[in-house]
Amino acid sequence: MKARVFITLKSGVLDPQGKAIHHALEGLGFSGVNDVRAGKLIELDLKEGTSDAQIEDMCRKLLANTVIENFRIERMETA
Amino acid sequence: MKSAVIVFPGSNCDRDLAVALELVTGRKPAMVWHREAELPDGIDFIGVPGGFSYGDYLRSGAMAARSPVMRAVKDAADRGVPVVGICNGFQVLTEAGLLPGALMRNAGLSFVCRPVRLRVENSQSLFTSAYDSGEEIVFPVAHHDGNYQADEAILEVLESEGRIAFRYLEECNGSARNIAGILNSAGNVLGLMPHPERVVEPAHGGTDGRRLFEGLLEMVS
Repeated sequence: MKARVFITLKSGVLDPQGKAIHHALEGLGFSGVNDVRAGKLIELDLKEGTSDAQIEDMCRKLLANTVIENFRIERMETA
Repeated sequence: MKSAVIVFPGSNCDRDLAVALELVTGRKPAMVWHREAELPDGIDFIGVPGGFSYGDYLRSGAMAARSPVMRAVKDAADRGVPVVGICNGFQVLTEAGLLPGALMRNAGLSFVCRPVRLRVENSQSLFTSAYDSGEEIVFPVAHHDGNYQADEAILEVLESEGRIAFRYLEECNGSARNIAGILNSAGNVLGLMPHPERVVEPAHGGTDGRRLFEGLLEMVS
């Protein structure tokens, strides 16, 4: 089974990279972008039966720094 | 004083720190590789050096903080052994939970590499006793992720408990309250972004960093 972990900066945490991307988009003439926040996507290939709690544990212990980041886990259906 | 310098793959200030420690203490520090699960016996100071441990993968300091040697560093810190994390070492100590907060990408996005003016905010600590409180000093910085952030409650605690050791006197990286270095609650762990080990001899262009190690030596012995 596969799972995706989306890691985003907590709201209120300044995101200088998002800001720079925003400026670059405006520089390319894309108007109407209100805000940009940059994050990370981590794909995990896991043993069948890995529980949500185990994935959450991985997020808390390593994948995300919960001082500044939030994480969201998305399990991917396997055929 | 018997010191240890932790070495991760990608550390690059480990030798600078070792040279500074030998200069001040007269003893070569033990260089301890990240895979070691134990520190040599009788260590009374641990330095976590600057660099780009594990290529800054995931987050600066994130992988190093989970390496085997850091469990031994944590145990030693819990026993009261003084620990200093410089630059990447500061990032490692926050990632390891030995210090609060996090070091984020510099607000200006650029790598900052220059001497900066600092103020010694607390001259009562193990590491700052050879400075005067409020003294202005100059240490070089060289980092991309030095923007110290923590929530308001933590910042208030750091202020009220005198745990802000050094503050930038000029805009550097966007750090909350211009924080350049902080102490843990027990006062035996210091993390700072600027590099004291790079200003210990006149040939370095300054010697302000030398007193950090001299003060520590005096407090430890």
